[in-house]
Amino acid sequence: MSDQILTPEKTPLEARFQGAVLRDERKGYQGFIIKAENLVEIATYIRDEMGYDFLSSVTGVDYLPEGKMEVVYHVYKTTGGSLFNFKVQTLRNNPVVPSLVPVWPGANFQEREAWDLLGIHFEGHPDLRRILMWEGFEGHPLRKDWREAYFEDEGKPYKSRWPEGHVKRVEDANPLNDNVDYPAGFDPEKWTPVGETALYAGFGQLDNLEDETGLEVDNIVINLGPQHPSTHGVFRMVARLEGETVMDLKPVMGYLHRNHEKIGERNTFLQNMPYTDRLDYFCSMTSNWGYALAVEKLMGIKVPERAEYIRVMMAELTRINNHVANIGFLLNDLGAYFTPILYCFEERELILDIFEAVAGSRMMCNYFRFGGVVRDLPEGILEKIRQLVYERFPRKIDELDTYLTNNEIIRHRTEGVGVLTPQQAIANSAVGPLLRASGVPYDIRRADPYGIYDRLDFDVAVRYHGDVFDRYIIRLDEIRQSIRILQQVVKEIPDGPIQEGKPQYQARVPAGESYGRVEGPKGELGYYIISNGKPNPWRYHVRAPSFINLTALTDMCKGNKIADAVCILGSIDIVLGEVDR
Amino acid sequence: MYGLGIIKGLGVTLKHFFMTFWDDLMRFLKGNRYYTRKGVAYRMSSEVRGIFTIQYPEEKLALPEEFRYTPFLVYIEKEDGGKEFRCTSCGICAKVCPPQCIWIVRTTDPNTGRPIPSPAEFYIDIDICMNCGLCAEFCPFDAIKMDHNFELSVYNRHEKDILNKEALAKPVSYYASIRPTNYAREQSARAEAESAKLAKKAQP
Repeated sequence: MSDQILTPEKTPLEARFQGAVLRDERKGYQGFIIKAENLVEIATYIRDEMGYDFLSSVTGVDYLPEGKMEVVYHVYKTTGGSLFNFKVQTLRNNPVVPSLVPVWPGANFQEREAWDLLGIHFEGHPDLRRILMWEGFEGHPLRKDWREAYFEDEGKPYKSRWPEGHVKRVEDANPLNDNVDYPAGFDPEKWTPVGETALYAGFGQLDNLEDETGLEVDNIVINLGPQHPSTHGVFRMVARLEGETVMDLKPVMGYLHRNHEKIGERNTFLQNMPYTDRLDYFCSMTSNWGYALAVEKLMGIKVPERAEYIRVMMAELTRINNHVANIGFLLNDLGAYFTPILYCFEERELILDIFEAVAGSRMMCNYFRFGGVVRDLPEGILEKIRQLVYERFPRKIDELDTYLTNNEIIRHRTEGVGVLTPQQAIANSAVGPLLRASGVPYDIRRADPYGIYDRLDFDVAVRYHGDVFDRYIIRLDEIRQSIRILQQVVKEIPDGPIQEGKPQYQARVPAGESYGRVEGPKGELGYYIISNGKPNPWRYHVRAPSFINLTALTDMCKGNKIADAVCILGSIDIVLGEVDR
Repeated sequence: MYGLGIIKGLGVTLKHFFMTFWDDLMRFLKGNRYYTRKGVAYRMSSEVRGIFTIQYPEEKLALPEEFRYTPFLVYIEKEDGGKEFRCTSCGICAKVCPPQCIWIVRTTDPNTGRPIPSPAEFYIDIDICMNCGLCAEFCPFDAIKMDHNFELSVYNRHEKDILNKEALAKPVSYYASIRPTNYAREQSARAEAESAKLAKKAQP
């Protein structure tokens, strides 16, 4: 349960770097605080000597009262095991921290995010531009003293709602001309986006190049998106092409950014639960679970047995739901327009009906609570699930398999395309099916079990080629494993309470930090939460799998044809609600 | 043989194609075809092999009891035709609401200035409501519940976006009709609490 590292008098790390590594002794905190000037050296040591090769999450925290900024790193071993975290502190008025991209390239997007939202400067970062906000945006929105346009109070509930709640529309409270804060001397009429120039400049010289035969060639830059059916939402890929071959590719995102984390810090702990549904709207059940785990860790409560079974049941149904939908969308990207996806959606429909009956909503489930779930399974639902997992799903997944797997066109289009080697996958912090299709059998349900997964019998699906085809086939494997889990769960589910203690709308969360993560259908979904004992979290950070999986996109696309970039993106399985947050 | 995979795959499509007509025919013979309650229930079950779709708006999916859309206020119909709201304006729903879309004005006694447990005004901004159901979940008086009616479209946004107490009011009988199991459970809990109270009073 506890992620506390068992420390004798002095760990080898402390002994090796005397004076540069301090234990984090704040109440409720763990891990080490490292001096910024030694960071790269120590991080290399942690990766190479201690074996923590997988960087899970990087994020910043603004400690406004202390005048400090902190960068928090969460690292794991891909062979399994619990968390190791370390921090770097810097001054708030001039936050500079060395970049860890040379050590873990997976830090790339996450450091850009920390720069964008908190204004922490990462020295030595290869491409430190804003990532979620637009260029020309004033300020860094996750700083504690930054206020949004409709700012009302530091934390909810707002006092204006009760007992003197005379209603007013939000737009009347803050007319449109008062919403936008421009930097000094900024004229939106004359502005040309600086970021675009920097983006294109990053591609280097485009004209008068020579190919390997000495022929003079020009490269061209094309934009896919942000309005493009293949990008699964408002996502943009800027590619440098030589002929049809992708020489370089840069993802651009943030079009759906709504500052989820800032909203989360205004909310009370419970109020965040329905917001997590909106991150990855395909898998709201697992999004709920990750958040519930993180807060339960802080509160130190245990979940009743029946609730644990229900949680697993819902999470595995979500996985099937997500994977069939993803397979369908991938086939759409390959040009098999809408026949496969509608076959897949039949199964999805049946799962969503179950969610609707259990949670009240098909997609925005809001079903988990701290210490349990909202309500028990309604009558007849268990029987329905039993029917699905024993009769329908195995048959239907086999049918999907015969339908697609040996299709020559699909194999031609996907085999050997978008290869990600295991080394690249780990270095880029790829998670979920993307990582496992590259031959790294890393599944949190096995590597660092939560809930009752340690008691359930299932295999970690793994494939070894790391191409689009393996990413397709691994999803079929995972569906089969999920069916296996569900068959055990519906058989063994015990009776009993579904909620620890009385349901409370004001969760009392003791001060401290916690990192809760689950193996979502898209990969490791982590929540980093800092509580200072007040009703609202001080920091609420989401480690979104589809956001960080995009770090590997450039590596996968280089050298492939531009038409394949579309299906490579489809094989990562992104949801823009989660990428942009 | 090269191309066998494609042929096999097309076989699956062909099977689906014929299954659709076969299923249609069987349903026609069994009398649970389109536009019947039985037909909709069949197409929502895991046995369906052909057409999956529902002909909205002529047909509608059967809503499960726990389905939630927007909140409404439960009132008890009095014999003189008046409405007695269960709401005591305690403000828990307004405090727990994640997007803060509930606005309540408490009634105060004009003579003493003390609060009376009944809302003077009650508003929900439906534009902002995220249909999470936390208000209904944490209401200690079963006074606010989630509705099943999801057809709320209007021509003008401001026509029906902020609902006041009158627009939100729905009778207990309506609540009992959309959520019979929940209603029965709450009623029995209520009766139990009532009898416990009486028993306590009876004891000197």
